[in-house]
Amino acid sequence: MYSLLQAASQALQLVTGADPKLFGIVLLSLRVSLTAVAVAGLVGLPIGAAIAVSRFPGRRAVIVVLNALMGLPPVVVGLLIYLLLSRAGPLGEAGLLFTPTAMVIAQATLIAPIVAALSRQVVEDAWQEYREQLRSLGESPLGAAGTLLWDLRFSLVTIVLAGFGRAAGEVGAVIIVGGNIDGVTRVMTTAIALETSKGDLPLALGLGMILLAIVLALNIGAYVIKETAQRRYG
Amino acid sequence: MNTAMDMRPPLSLLPLTLDRVVLAINGRRIIDGISITLDAGPRTIVVGPNGAGKSVLLRLCHGLIAPTSGTIRWAAPEPAQGPRRQAMVFQRPVLLRRTTLANVVHALAIAGLSRAQCKLRGLEALRKVGLERLARRPARVLSGGEQQRLALARAWALSPEILFLDEPTASLDPGATHEIETIISAMHAQGTKIVMVTHNLGQARRLGEEILFMHQGRVAERAPTDRFFKYPASREAAQFLEGELPW
Repeated sequence: MYSLLQAASQALQLVTGADPKLFGIVLLSLRVSLTAVAVAGLVGLPIGAAIAVSRFPGRRAVIVVLNALMGLPPVVVGLLIYLLLSRAGPLGEAGLLFTPTAMVIAQATLIAPIVAALSRQVVEDAWQEYREQLRSLGESPLGAAGTLLWDLRFSLVTIVLAGFGRAAGEVGAVIIVGGNIDGVTRVMTTAIALETSKGDLPLALGLGMILLAIVLALNIGAYVIKETAQRRYG
Repeated sequence: MNTAMDMRPPLSLLPLTLDRVVLAINGRRIIDGISITLDAGPRTIVVGPNGAGKSVLLRLCHGLIAPTSGTIRWAAPEPAQGPRRQAMVFQRPVLLRRTTLANVVHALAIAGLSRAQCKLRGLEALRKVGLERLARRPARVLSGGEQQRLALARAWALSPEILFLDEPTASLDPGATHEIETIISAMHAQGTKIVMVTHNLGQARRLGEEILFMHQGRVAERAPTDRFFKYPASREAAQFLEGELPW
């Protein structure tokens, strides 16, 4: 039975001692979640911007569904991707289940709607301000979507980071499609869940500290980028 | 896209003809049956009390709003390819979070010019409005007057046949206002038709060759500037001038 203090000091030793096992897990986590957020950004930002500047029948319904998808439960996404990737599933041939790729797919599925829904909101607000000018210049709606994405780049960084936070912090989806295999698909969150249930609190706590530190560092970075950019570009 | 910018299109857009144009929003007729013709040439200044429909008229002409009924017709259709033949400058310039030069380049790129041409023409336009040395500055940190000059450079770069201006100096000090007026006159001298809304009657007298006086969604009077200010023909215009001018 560990006390919190004991666990914390051992956790610190693991972190500062650069424990290879711990850092393997951290690196895989970053690789999976950063790839997922990149994919989600490439898909979600253009979709969000396109919806923001276009008018089509059923647009409201699309927006409502998109907003609802922000609340997708990770375990449900995990289950759906599991069914798609499992041997008997439609994409079973690829043999992706229980690989980091499967985890990337699951996390990207989870956060792409978040990126799309939040960027839709941001771009649409700006569109009110820019619409007449861009239309006056003869820019097509899709061209305008691109122009707005670039013009709002500093605000959109925050959205993409929110997506990263969600990806890096979720456990339900990656544990289902990744399987938490030691050295292959074990990431920070699944390791924390496992070690906690096994009673290895120092490792769990050490990973928890790193996870918090990464998320904090990224958000500080985003904040600084946004502030300096706003001062420079107005 | 080769040298489209340098080739004058064979047909002029002007005159612009409005025929019984009505714009109704929720049953209220913002524009109430306007039939006018805007010819190439004189600088047309649109004046009138708040809510007369001045800005809306400009937006209808420029194609930003579709009329509820009536027709708005150019003498020749705008070419599908190449730069638009008309431009508009708004009261509050909408500038992109890019450099001053990149803002002009963006407009030229939409018009289909090559990168090299965009840059060349962009710099040229900035030089004409006196912003060349600020070309690399972020556009949004320019002063209000500089921002509006940039908006004019962006319009000028496209060498439009007609330029619509919606109170371009409403939020500027006299010095900046003077610079904007000089640029507008220079654009006009190079052959661009000017149609401008203003609340500043001094400005209307300085820049206007003809006055379009609007009242409650209609064109109540149209006259050469001198005559309009000295001998307004309509009762509405006379009342408006009496209320606005100190004498």
